[in-house]
Amino acid sequence: MATDNILVLLEVTPDGHLAKSSAGLLGVAAVLGKPVALIVASRDVAERVSNSAAELGAAQILMADDDSTSFVTPSVDAVECAFQAFGPSAVIASHSAYGRDVLARFAVRMGLAINVDAVDVTRDDQGIVAHHSAYGGTYNVTSAVTFGAPVITLRAGAVNSRAAAQPTVAENLVVPSSRRRSAVIDFREVSDAPVTSRPDLRGADRVISGGRGLGSAEGFTLVEQLADALGAAVGASRAAVDAGYVPHSYQVGQTGVQISPQLYVALGISGAIQHKAGMQTSKIIIAINKDETAPIFDVADYGVVGDVFTVVPKLLDALAAADS
Amino acid sequence: MAGETLARFRGAGRVKIVVLIKEVPDTWGERYLNLETGLADRHGSARVIDEIVERGLEFAISWAAENPGTEVIALSMAPVEATTNIRKALAMGADRGILIADEVLVGADITLTAQVLAAALTHTGYDLIVAGDQTTDGAGGAIPAALAELLDLPLLSRLSSIDVTSGEVRATQLSERVMLSLSSSLPAIVSVTERFPDPRLPNFKGIVSAKNKPLDVLSVADLGASIDVLGSARAILTEIEAKPPRVAGRKEVEDADSGNRLADFLRQNQLV
Repeated sequence: MATDNILVLLEVTPDGHLAKSSAGLLGVAAVLGKPVALIVASRDVAERVSNSAAELGAAQILMADDDSTSFVTPSVDAVECAFQAFGPSAVIASHSAYGRDVLARFAVRMGLAINVDAVDVTRDDQGIVAHHSAYGGTYNVTSAVTFGAPVITLRAGAVNSRAAAQPTVAENLVVPSSRRRSAVIDFREVSDAPVTSRPDLRGADRVISGGRGLGSAEGFTLVEQLADALGAAVGASRAAVDAGYVPHSYQVGQTGVQISPQLYVALGISGAIQHKAGMQTSKIIIAINKDETAPIFDVADYGVVGDVFTVVPKLLDALAAADS
Repeated sequence: MAGETLARFRGAGRVKIVVLIKEVPDTWGERYLNLETGLADRHGSARVIDEIVERGLEFAISWAAENPGTEVIALSMAPVEATTNIRKALAMGADRGILIADEVLVGADITLTAQVLAAALTHTGYDLIVAGDQTTDGAGGAIPAALAELLDLPLLSRLSSIDVTSGEVRATQLSERVMLSLSSSLPAIVSVTERFPDPRLPNFKGIVSAKNKPLDVLSVADLGASIDVLGSARAILTEIEAKPPRVAGRKEVEDADSGNRLADFLRQNQLV
């Protein structure tokens, strides 16, 4: 039984909760060794979320103060301090903007190798290895490091294993500043939680996406209706984004978000390689499209050749009938 | 250094903007990895400048047009065939190109790439370094932060907009629910996102003038830096396999019962 420390950098959301990525990070860390979670936040927020971190499997929790005006560097200094104190066998964070910025700086500072965008992390007879899904899931790639602890960023939503809850063992980490140059955060504006209760596209279990076949921004509301009926996030093809139906943040594909949900429903999407690269690692794919030659059908577990404006209402009726 | 930069922004000399150019396989076509080496198969797919990087280049060229005396340098680390794409950057409006092409760099990981680029940047000099936030091939997004650490520069990452004035950069980072206003003095490194304006297409005049612009192809030794390729910890590929392609499942034409059958399918898979 491995008892090595695995250092996990957790992320805190703007409204002071643990980021959704935390469960998967601690889940993977618990398989590799003893998850030591690092939370960089204001003292009160860190104390508040430490119980959630323990519930998700953190065996030990380190709380480091964020000075809230320096961009990224306080977290890099905290990871360095925790690394020196705990000598972990691996350092893991989410492959988010925050996780990438912090761990890339940390890795070069310490002369460690970094593996990014892993979809799983396991241990083989030579040590810890990261698994990647390259070029939109066309290739499986395994990577390791030549020596030293691997520094790894993990793709959101990629890991399903969850760790057993632990008692809360939290301590403050006093971090000396590296005094590296840093941009200053002049101000931070947090918008209210979105009015919709829809999950975020990244890391969502279910995603309903719409394409050019929806015809207009008004037509696109059909995608939202099905998403709400299934508790799913909303995505879009590049064609739908380019046509202005939805903002770019919805785009699924090689130049947008790459996701691997349990369920992916493609409505009126032809399935260009660009799009497939963002979704073809989904567990179950359903496609509805008028054009029976649309390439999306080649990757769909269930395809319906038909008009989304008649098929989707029928599906909504069937789901509503089952509920009543 | 900061004072010197400020003086240059007041018109005392040339401001240098270095744009990091990444060549990637065209995402509109199939992309291949070589199963023997694990490297991108450069013969299997067309090579283009990454589309987010092109937006960064557009920013630099537009800024230079409004601020005479600015020099825009297109810098890349890639095999020598990438000169075609550097030439395209010159045709768009960059003033000169530098390509670091060296056999020893084949299969370079993130930290080695960052070390080489840092050496090249020290060689060229810079006031502002512009990179793409994430490129479409590796989606690593780690190089800008790694360079910030190696060069001890402020990092302003994943930006939606940027405003460069006398010796200072102010920028906005937008994520799902948070808008951060960031600032720093120059020199600094910024990474831009797809929210930046579309890049221009090279025009005829640009293409003609690109032929006369300097494009230097350098080796690691030319950079005058000592980079210990094997002495530092490196990430290596240990296994690679092509995933079997997904097999199409059932496919049927819409009829009156389509909605019920789809609902049944979701139920069978415990999705409702």
